[in-house]
Amino acid sequence: MMRALGRLAIALVLIFLVGPFLVVIGAGLTAGEVPAFPPRGLSLRWVEAVFAVESFRGPFVVSLVLAFGATLAALALGVPVAYALSRYALPGGEALRTLLFSPAIVPAIVVGLALLRHLVVPLGLPVLHALFLAHAALLVPYAVRVVGASLEHLRPDIEEAAVLLGASRARAFFAVVLPNIRGGILAAFILGFISSFNQVPASLFLTGPGVSTLPIQMLAYMEHTYDPSVAALSALVALGSIAVVFVAERALGIFRYV
Amino acid sequence: MSDAVFLRLSGLTLGYGDMIAVEGLDLSVRRGELVALLGPSGCGKTTTMRAIAGLIEARAGRIELDGRDITRVPANRRDVGLVFQSYALFPHLSAFDNVAFGLRLRRVPRVELERRAGAALASVGLDGLAARLPRELSGGQQQRIALARAMVVEPRLLLLDEPLSNLDARLRLEMRGELQRLQRGLGITMLYVTHDQAEALALADRVIVMRAGRIEQVDDAETIYARPRTGFVARFMGFETVFALDAGGLHGETGGVLQAPAGAPAAGALAWRPDGVVLGHGPHRGRIRAASFGGAKVEYLLDTSAGPVKAELPARAPRHGVGVEIPFDLPLATAAVLERL
Ligand SMILES: Nc1ncnc2c1ncn2[C@@H]1O[C@H](COP(=O)(O)OP(=O)(O)OP(=O)(O)O)[C@@H](O)[C@H]1O
Ligand SMILES: [Mg+2]
Repeated sequence: MMRALGRLAIALVLIFLVGPFLVVIGAGLTAGEVPAFPPRGLSLRWVEAVFAVESFRGPFVVSLVLAFGATLAALALGVPVAYALSRYALPGGEALRTLLFSPAIVPAIVVGLALLRHLVVPLGLPVLHALFLAHAALLVPYAVRVVGASLEHLRPDIEEAAVLLGASRARAFFAVVLPNIRGGILAAFILGFISSFNQVPASLFLTGPGVSTLPIQMLAYMEHTYDPSVAALSALVALGSIAVVFVAERALGIFRYV
Repeated sequence: MSDAVFLRLSGLTLGYGDMIAVEGLDLSVRRGELVALLGPSGCGKTTTMRAIAGLIEARAGRIELDGRDITRVPANRRDVGLVFQSYALFPHLSAFDNVAFGLRLRRVPRVELERRAGAALASVGLDGLAARLPRELSGGQQQRIALARAMVVEPRLLLLDEPLSNLDARLRLEMRGELQRLQRGLGITMLYVTHDQAEALALADRVIVMRAGRIEQVDDAETIYARPRTGFVARFMGFETVFALDAGGLHGETGGVLQAPAGAPAAGALAWRPDGVVLGHGPHRGRIRAASFGGAKVEYLLDTSAGPVKAELPARAPRHGVGVEIPFDLPLATAAVLERL
């Protein structure tokens, strides 16, 4: 009985997880003129079409660089913050933790608007820099939360053991803390990268004629062209995300220490 | 040179937040000496060790090592080793790499490193498990890795926080021998926390008994075993019957009085081990509340007018039933004469 229920639950989760993905792939592989599922005949014409669309190229590069840079920046800030929060009783630490751990306190769209109003317009901050700031800022809580979770599992006394064997505090961090939270850092990286790559609300006000991100450009494209190339592109992005996870897993041999 | 004080704590006060865990501690350990630290749970043993190692700051007082004030020296420059009560092994490193960690930091050349780490693993009987991760080892095996990791770098002072608590009797004896070899062979000074009175007496040159953040008594093993000065230390050393003493007699927790043995001092306290109480004849009477079989002997708990008395008889002696009234004696000859309770 329990076992049957368990199987049912797993099946439902799989349907919700994988279902939309299959629909998008199907729609992108259609041979017809409009997105449809099930596809009307199979062809790669819309996948090829994606690569022909000039206006996707620049934004794709922007999104890629942005996701990479913003995620690294968020980790560079988030890992020390998570470490400090988990190891020291800081004044205001509890408040900061509550703030970081409450789900999205500031809507992303507000972040975008605020940067536009107060940095881009009055100070002439380049839009690309503003995009970077917005994305990085939105990712910091993720980084702190995910890395913080793996730090919680790590006993603080191993650092003390390293120090007593002669390591400086910094050395102890790199030698015995970092290797044990690699899984958390990688998970934060993947989460951050994918969430930045797919970020729409924060980017909405910070894109314009010169600079745009891929999701924003896809929205713009769909406003005047309704063909399956957007579905094909979505499928490509999804496959790309999977590739990122796969490569990261291979490269770092993660989850071995989690 | 071996009489020189190597480690000296003076007026050491330690705490956490508002709480004072150790207050005004004075203590000295001679070079090459093994000193055991004994005391009930929560009395500040680990706290004291962490302060000596430099992991927590002193609120007041000084720590001197080898004639130098190290109170403010950072932990990684003290050359003080600590075997953690919780082992604190590096979870991502194999047993071998855990042991080799300190040698790598000291840039020991590879051949020598492998030899020394291998020898340390062998000395704790784990050379066959060098490649295992800590989580693939049993508690006792992890504890021995922690011991090897701290020993291999040959620190000037080695602090051991219940280093053998998780081992069976045979391994415990073996590891004790290993520690003694290290102490005698390399002259490493050691401070050793244990809950096991027998272990403390067997290993240590001197024994310190701590109580609620203060030192109750420091003496060599034989003295502290035979002549505890307070009721607290006496109980630790197995004197389970302790009575306060005044001109009226012996007073215990029940408010009644037992007549003091002839020749007892007029003040202080007296304490007896179970085997020092005479059962079956004597001037006092008690009712047997409980009898428990303990291998070679049977232990009896007696209710008396002054309070409980713990006595024992050889197992082959005739048994006494629970509830029976029985005469007993508390002779001065087998008593420890205490300054206070
Ligand atoms: N990190 C801490 N924060 C607050 N109080 C602490 C902390 N560590 C220990 N204490 C308190 O300090 C006192 C001494 O603790 P300590 O760990 O030194 O005891 P111990 O003698 O080692 O005990 P045990 O035999 O159980 O290991 C205890 O009352 C304990 O509750
Ligand atoms: Mg302790």
